[in-house]
Amino acid sequence: MTTIQAHRTEITFTGFGGQGIVLLGKIVGEGAALGDHRQSTLTQSYGPEARGGACSAQVIIADQVIHYPYVRRPDILVCMSQGGFDRFAPDLKPDSLLLIDQGLVKLPRAFDHPVFAVPATQIAEELGRKMMANIVMLGFFTAVTGAVSEPAVRSTVEHSVPKGTEPMNLNAFTKGFDHGKALLKGREKKAAGRKGAL
Amino acid sequence: MKPAVWTGDHFFTGDIACAEGALAAGCRFFAGYPITPATEIAEHMATRLPEVGGTYIQMEDEIASMAAILGASCAGVKSMTATSGPGFSLMMENLGLGICTETPCVVVNVQRAGPSTGLPTLGAQADMMQARWGSHGHYEIIALAPASPQELFHLTITAFNLSETYRLPVLVMADEVVGHLSERVVIPPAAAVKTRERVPASGRRDRYKPFQRGACGVAPMAAAGAGYAVHVSGLTHDERGYPDMSAAGQEKMMTWLTEKIRANRDKIIQTESYRLDDAEIAIVSYGISARSSLAAVDEARAAGIRAGLLRLVTVWPFPEELIRDLAGRVRALVTVELNLGQIHLEVERCARGQAPAILVGHAGGAVIPPEEIVARLSAVSRT
Repeated sequence: MTTIQAHRTEITFTGFGGQGIVLLGKIVGEGAALGDHRQSTLTQSYGPEARGGACSAQVIIADQVIHYPYVRRPDILVCMSQGGFDRFAPDLKPDSLLLIDQGLVKLPRAFDHPVFAVPATQIAEELGRKMMANIVMLGFFTAVTGAVSEPAVRSTVEHSVPKGTEPMNLNAFTKGFDHGKALLKGREKKAAGRKGAL
Repeated sequence: MKPAVWTGDHFFTGDIACAEGALAAGCRFFAGYPITPATEIAEHMATRLPEVGGTYIQMEDEIASMAAILGASCAGVKSMTATSGPGFSLMMENLGLGICTETPCVVVNVQRAGPSTGLPTLGAQADMMQARWGSHGHYEIIALAPASPQELFHLTITAFNLSETYRLPVLVMADEVVGHLSERVVIPPAAAVKTRERVPASGRRDRYKPFQRGACGVAPMAAAGAGYAVHVSGLTHDERGYPDMSAAGQEKMMTWLTEKIRANRDKIIQTESYRLDDAEIAIVSYGISARSSLAAVDEARAAGIRAGLLRLVTVWPFPEELIRDLAGRVRALVTVELNLGQIHLEVERCARGQAPAILVGHAGGAVIPPEEIVARLSAVSRT
């Protein structure tokens, strides 16, 4: 369930302007195209409001040429703001993967879609730079979804961030990646345990 | 100095690809005024031109931008500007000057929804008729419609080559979606980029005619200051460039300005066919709408509808004969575009009643989704 195998994966990243949502999408798209040698597109929606306004990046990864570059219903939805969650969660399909920054998105009470949560902003703050929350989320995303390969994303991070900040960004990526792997491991154990009890 | 051709595999927007295409084509002068969604072209040129020995000037407006690139071209430098909607409107007067004075240059319009300020951040394809007839007077123009960042790279080079070959401004009619879309862009080695270089004037200075009209092509262009006497005027002029204020002079100049394009239509026009051979319904589309159309063709075929696509890479001059022939062998022609019927009317005109012309249009601000096209194809196939 956690590894996307389909030949076309539609991903929506959402948050507010200034969080680096578009950079997040760009690294994923570029990693897929140049690192994994697959097809990918990145489109973004933005308004004149820029910083603080709603913002989303749409990435499609496929093994065939992508004609229509927009996400209809996301296979993966990544939410880094409440507004983004409220707007895009209704588009989720039953088997879509939902990833949230748990410090920024509060799930409604009756919400029963499985969630992969990471305290991305909190981890970035602990690393000393809140603005690296997108890179923490990138690591988490890579570990949980498998939509792009880890080496492809790592090398894309290295040349996408400002000179001199590469080590701290790669560290932020690792923190998010490890968090994702640990979460998956925990769930596998839990699932195995449940099976054993039956 | 850095290399002008940024060889390698990249992942960036159509706007960046356009700027890199210009540099690869030999463009060394850009004058412009920033405007969404074309700003990134100016921004990238501002960074890159100084690295390759070129010049970037931010002008006071788009009227001046167009004037500046004509001036640069007259001085012997390949030049370009990029704009959108309102800026394109301001460029129209001097675009005509470029046509009249046979001055090669490239004008990029990353189309957004209008009229007026419209939707600055959202796409449209509604300047297609402005591209054809936006400046006053009767003239021929060349306009290209890229459908991807990769194609924006290549077609910007093509635009420069055509502008040098036929001595006129060439329009790259992109749209916001293609301009802002990021995809893989492969830039070939510099040696593999074919560029058309300007033929300098040669021979006796007293015999040089800067606007010589000949069967073998356009006249060599002497750069201002190269020693040849050059008189460049927006007035109707003779081959020497001197004003000729007569109906006969106008007839001669206009015949030349239109015929140099009309006679070479076959060399200029580029189109792409997709699953057209056995198609019953032919879609005609270009730019971002052609991508939705490609997806629609596949979806329609899967549903048993024999659809195909004619993608216009060159929109002006219009592929009249191709549309006429196509109309003779399909049940319907469906034009898909982000306006309320511009190229659609051209298709209808060229079909000459052989097949009905149907529009799948949209006022702009969103891309037409493939399912909307499929629904129309399905309705047409049932009639």
